[in-house]
Order: sequence, then C-alpha cells, then structure tokens
Amino acid sequence: MSVLAERALRGDVRALARIISLVENEEPEGEEIIKHLYPHTGRALIIGITGSPGAGKSTLVDKIIAEFRKKGRTVGVIAVDPSSPFSGGAILADRIRMQRHANDPEVFIRSMGTRGSLGGVSRSTREAVEILDACGKDVVIIETVGVGQSEIDIVKLADTVCLVLVPGMGDDIQIMKAGIMEIADLFVVNKADRPGVEKVVTEIKLMLDLIGTPDWRPPIYTTVAEKGDGVTELVEGMEEHRKFLKQSSHGEKRMKDKVIQEIKDIMSREIAKKIEHSWENHGADVHVKAVFEKEMDPYTVAHSILKNIISENKLREGASER
Amino acid sequence: MAEKKIRVVIAKPGLDGHDRGAKVVARALRDAGMEVIYTGLRQTPEQIVDTAIQEDADAIGISILSGAHAYYFSKIIGLLKERHAEDIIVFGGGVIPDADIPALLEMGAGAIFGPGTPTTVCAEWLEKAVAEKRAKETV
Repeated sequence: MSVLAERALRGDVRALARIISLVENEEPEGEEIIKHLYPHTGRALIIGITGSPGAGKSTLVDKIIAEFRKKGRTVGVIAVDPSSPFSGGAILADRIRMQRHANDPEVFIRSMGTRGSLGGVSRSTREAVEILDACGKDVVIIETVGVGQSEIDIVKLADTVCLVLVPGMGDDIQIMKAGIMEIADLFVVNKADRPGVEKVVTEIKLMLDLIGTPDWRPPIYTTVAEKGDGVTELVEGMEEHRKFLKQSSHGEKRMKDKVIQEIKDIMSREIAKKIEHSWENHGADVHVKAVFEKEMDPYTVAHSILKNIISENKLREGASER
Repeated sequence: MAEKKIRVVIAKPGLDGHDRGAKVVARALRDAGMEVIYTGLRQTPEQIVDTAIQEDADAIGISILSGAHAYYFSKIIGLLKERHAEDIIVFGGGVIPDADIPALLEMGAGAIFGPGTPTTVCAEWLEKAVAEKRAKETV
C-alpha cells in the first residue's frame, strides 16, 4: 500500500492533508490511494449543511463540531467556497468561524474551492469525505457554498442533509418551489432571534403537509447559531435521522443510490477525459471548420468522433489482451 | 491532471485588529489564481500552523502591525519544524522596520513585504518560491 495512505490511516495529519490535495489535483496517485482507502469507508456519519450565503452555515458548523466533541466523537469538516471563474483563485474563509477547533487533534477542517463545479460542492469533495471517513473520523460535515435554488449535489454525498434557512427570505411560494427545498432531511431556521421565524416555520410545515405522510417527515429546528441555541436539539435530530436510515429500507436504498451515482460520475469523468485526449487525434479541427461553414452539422460530427474514440479503445483493449 | 493550485494561508497572529492589509494581499493572491485560506484575526501561532497543515498549504503569509514580528515569526517557524513541516514557506508583511528584516530572513522567513509593495510583486515572488519548493518535493 502507498506510504501516504498508511501514514494517513495511522493518523498522520500531514499525510491525510496531502492525499486530499492529490485527489483535488486529479493526480493518478490520488486515485490509487482512494482504491486502498475505500474498504475503510462507510463508518462515518456524513452530514451536509447547505443554504444561502450568509444564512449562518459556518457558524452553525462550528457549534455542531463542539456538540459532537462533547459526546467524544471525532469530526472532519469539508468547507466549500466558490472559485473565481476568471482567475481560478479563491478566498476560502469558512474556517474563520471554526478556528477555535484548529488545535483539537480530533478535528480536521479542510477548505476547498469549487474549481468550476456548479452543484454547490467541488468535484473532489466526495473523495475528500471518503478519505476522512477512512481515516477514522466519526462524523464528517460537508458545508456547501452558499446556494440558491438548485445546487443540490450535496444530496449525492451526504446521508443527512440540513437546509439552513433564515427569516425574511421570501414568501410561501419560494418554499413551494422545486429544487433545494426537496432535498432537506432536516430544516434549520437559523437567526431565530429575528422577527419572522414563526412565519418561516409555518410555511415549511404547510409545504410538508402537502407531501402527505412520508416515512420520514423532515423535522424543523430553530437555532441561533451565534449563541449556540438549539444546536443540541439539532444534533439529536441528526442522530435520529441516522437511526431512521439504519432501521428502514430507505437507508440501504440511499447508500446504493450513492454508489451508483459515484460509479456513473467516475465513468463520465473518464469519458470526458478521453474526449479531451482524442480531440486533436481525430481531425476535429477539420470538422470544426466544416461545421463553422455550415457544411456539416454538429450532431453528425460529434457522433462520428465518438465512434472513432470507441473503436480506438476497442483496438487498444484487444491488443492488451493478446 | 488538473493544475496544481497554489494554496496559501493568510493569517493575522496576535491582538492587533487591523486586517485591511491582510485582506488586500489575500484578494491579490486570489486574483493571481491562488487558493487563499483566510483565518481571520487574533490567531495563535499554533492555530496558524495547524491550519496550514490541515489545508496542505504551500505557504503561510502573516500580517503583523503590532511590533511583535520577531516573536511570531520565530514561533511559527519553530512550530513548523517541530511538526516536520518546515517545507511550508513563511512570508509576511505589515509594519516591520527595515532594520529587523535581516533577522527574520535569517530565522527562515522567505520574504518580508513592507507597506507600499505592489501586490503583484508579492504574488510573483510567491509563485516562484512555490515552484522551487515543489521541485524539491519527494512526496
């Protein structure tokens, strides 16, 4: 097994941090390490915290870390902030709110830039979670970027998704809309010392009533993250949800869906890489010119290039079998 | 393979609460395409070093306006050595008298940028320093 993976499994923080970078930079070594670590995954409680910018996600995460630490659980955090579409740079500042945990050896906090992903997390967030899980963190918390209405990739990564709302965000129609409101396993109405809390809570309840009687009705928690109010109850709620997943068929289905999604994502990524690699080898430039001058249409060109990629791969496989 | 982004922690140790300079530098490094992990005010050397290690940072930039630069630089560089992380570059800026700079460089600081330094100078220096550091890396 790779030296880095061994060191990380033994609790070496530097090795763990370096592995996340390897994966984030899509280096081949990162993939090899994930293969080694994968059998060690599956023990952590994986929590997603999502919500609009400024809803108080980072402050809430800080308090959630403290609550789990009180119970003696170890915690890993992946905090995602947006990368610049222009320079590719990023200011990763979620951990400002969590710095009191920086010296706790049982807490590992890592910031990630979205690096072009639009679903609220980065492309390597899933792998980073797997690494923390494999290295023995009892709880892994993913904080998404501040989201709007449809950045819902967190649902593919977390077992328990908490949607953080605040009073005064809009009327009941906003709450009825499709998208982000549908992925919450738990609702959190933060900044509950502000006016309008009751209204938000009622609107969520009414929305949930319309769904009927599902096996899990997402509970609603009110918190004042700044002061830590309501966080104990919220964490209880997370544990409840985990129990529900374990006891019902939903849990298994969700795990299987996650595996399917992961495999599909890896396949799409590999195919995308092949397309990039082969682009120039298939006379694409000639085709671009033809499409540009309206002599050909883009569908015909795309299919013909894909055909070439597939037959080329078949040839290569045939050769390696022999 | 994706591009290896430069990751840098920008931190403010100690009690002075003036972070405009740190924010200007953070922003400039962001615009140079780096991932800047900003820790906020009043960080202890231990917090800064643990942050840099967890974040797998290439460098730590510290901003000090309190006059305690000798203490913080030596403490942070010492902690990095203790944690076998002395490959992480340490640089800084703020109100640091020219006369004190040689001692900080002697201690292991990579560079000190005083008031008035164009931010591009800082970004270009860091890009070069990180490239040299990575060339030496084994793992």
